[in-house]
Amino acid sequence: MLTIPMEYYLILSAFMFTVGVAGVLIRRNAIVVFMSIELMLNSANLSLVTFSSYLGNSIGQIFVFFVMTVAAAEAAVGLAIIIAIFRNKLTVNIDEINIFKW
Amino acid sequence: MINLIFLTVLLPLIGFIVNGLFGNKIKNEKIIGIIGSSTVGISFLIVVGAFFQTLSLPVEQRSNTVELFNWLNVSGLHIKFAYLVDQLSLTMALIVTGVGFLIHVYSIGYMHGDKGFWRFFSYLNLFIFAMMNLILGDNFLVLFLGWEGVGLCSYLLIGFWYDRNFEKGTTSQAAKKAFVVNRIGDFGFLLGMFLIYYTFDSLNFKEVFSKVATFPVPETTFSLIALFLFIGATGKSAQIPLFVWLPDAMAGPTPVSALIHAATMVTAGVYMVSRASILFASAPSIMIVVAVIGLLTAILAASIGLVQNDIKKVLAYSTVSQLGYMFLAAGVGAFSASIFHVMTHAFFKALLFLGAGSVIHGMHEEQNIQKYGGLKKYMPKTYLTFFVATLAITGVPGLSGFFSKDEILWNAYANGGFAFWLIGVFTAMLTAFYMFRLLSLTFYGNERFDHHHVHPHESPAVMTVPLMILAFLSAVGGYIGMPKVFVGEHGNLFESWLEPVYEPAMRKLAHFGAHSHLEEILLMVISVALALSSIYFAIHVYTKKPEIAENFANRFKKFYNLLLNKYFIDEIYEAAVVQPIQKGSEKLLWKFADVKVIDGAVNGVANLIDKFSGTLKKIQNGLAQSYALFMIAGIAVILFLLILSL
Repeated sequence: MLTIPMEYYLILSAFMFTVGVAGVLIRRNAIVVFMSIELMLNSANLSLVTFSSYLGNSIGQIFVFFVMTVAAAEAAVGLAIIIAIFRNKLTVNIDEINIFKW
Repeated sequence: MINLIFLTVLLPLIGFIVNGLFGNKIKNEKIIGIIGSSTVGISFLIVVGAFFQTLSLPVEQRSNTVELFNWLNVSGLHIKFAYLVDQLSLTMALIVTGVGFLIHVYSIGYMHGDKGFWRFFSYLNLFIFAMMNLILGDNFLVLFLGWEGVGLCSYLLIGFWYDRNFEKGTTSQAAKKAFVVNRIGDFGFLLGMFLIYYTFDSLNFKEVFSKVATFPVPETTFSLIALFLFIGATGKSAQIPLFVWLPDAMAGPTPVSALIHAATMVTAGVYMVSRASILFASAPSIMIVVAVIGLLTAILAASIGLVQNDIKKVLAYSTVSQLGYMFLAAGVGAFSASIFHVMTHAFFKALLFLGAGSVIHGMHEEQNIQKYGGLKKYMPKTYLTFFVATLAITGVPGLSGFFSKDEILWNAYANGGFAFWLIGVFTAMLTAFYMFRLLSLTFYGNERFDHHHVHPHESPAVMTVPLMILAFLSAVGGYIGMPKVFVGEHGNLFESWLEPVYEPAMRKLAHFGAHSHLEEILLMVISVALALSSIYFAIHVYTKKPEIAENFANRFKKFYNLLLNKYFIDEIYEAAVVQPIQKGSEKLLWKFADVKVIDGAVNGVANLIDKFSGTLKKIQNGLAQSYALFMIAGIAVILFLLILSL
């Protein structure tokens, strides 16, 4: 059977992560930034699953379930925050939200 | 009784606490006065008991130490709080508690109706407490405790009427002056103490004095120690150059002038020199300094006293002058004569001040002797006692002042030289003159006060009885110290009593050339004759022919003004010391050192931080993305370093 080398998965994972980082840093729409964060989480998940499969150790896969659970919770909280901000500021453009300071 | 000596210190302290804390609640003057006086009175009785007990002991056992507790125990410095009960301290304690008690009683009458009555008595008791520590302390540190304590009480009591004016300023200014000038002296005293500890590794009198003979110490060290101690004495005992505070100290109530600024506190310097006689005897050059300063102070103050018109000022300069005599005596090695004069002076000068207080009391707070006159018939008791005191201070034979002054003059002649004696006698003449000027202007001659407003009256018995007791003492107090020429080698009881204290010092001092009795009697006769002629002259001028004094003043206008303005010494000090210090403090210390350097440094640091953080805070812009950027940059750097290290 043709096996796909581990590096392919890892490169894909790295690519996804980079895209996620770039998205967080560059995009202005809070929703898109949020989606980029999800992308980074999933790239990490991909790495975990890859290693788990290649090393024959199931812990990595179990761990992914946890990450997905947390990510789901985080998505719920994050979206709620975005809605709250939108109600206050009537925008989700994070350039205009600069209240993260003392 | 010797073991109870601590009570003489404790009782006045209790009196101070009771009157000080509850005096304004008690309000009853009688109770406050009785508390204040009785504590000192009981102390006096205890001292008398201790005196007779000591007297009953053989001579070698008359010096006893009463240890109370360990005071300080700091690496190498062990100081016990202990009292030394010996001939010298008992003599001083008798004077302080005895005269002090009489003045307390007198104050009940004098301070009657004063709103600070309770405060006055609590301060007086605090003073007795401090003074007893000064006298009884068995080491320099306890002495210093009392030394500072009496300075504080002097300050508190000079400024007692803090809301009254005094001369060109206020009584508070006079109090401050006294305190500051005393501090200068105290600094000298402190240096002396440090040097004693450095040299002898102890501050205990007995240890230090016994080490003087055995330790190989160069004479310059002794000279320095003696000089520093003497600077301390010049401050407390109002000698040149630090005497300027005492005349201003007259801003306080008259009993204070009598107790603190005549009878007791100002003699603390004489006591200290006398206590440390062995240290002074080991520094012959400083002994000469002491004698010369004493002599100069005596004649300078006496000459100023000639023309003063404030009754208390005359007495103040007289006190300075008499203190000069005491230092003259100490300087020529006649320590017991100086303490003898301390005693007789305490009697007659306290009496003079209290008499002056009685006059001021009867004349409605008027202090200018030019506005008195003819008071003899209004105040017979005050007059009589004042007259006795004046005779005593003048040195009329038979009264106490004669014996003590004569002994000082004789010692000045025998150990100092003819010049010392001559200036001493001249000062005695001046003393006789200004004292009888004071007496004449106050009690004899025309009544120069305004009869419509001033009705002179005799003071109540509570004031006149202490006067009479003091008058009795002033009259007969001298017979315990009669000159040897009359009573033989051991007839001078006072000197024999004190002799053991000065024995080590006396062994060091080269003593008495051969002088015949005839010489001594001759000098005595001369000085008495001069004093008597001076008395006659003063009475003649100021009761019968006041125009002579006026003519004289007009003819020597410049000199008269010089004396009237006290040689401009206050002004000279003002220009030479006070002003430079004030200007220096303002221009250099305040406007430069404080404002520019200290404030500049503090504000500079604050400004620097402000600028720096102003730049830094721009990084914190509140945008989530920029924070994320920094995080990622950080992670990138860490990763890069990790990879490099692989």
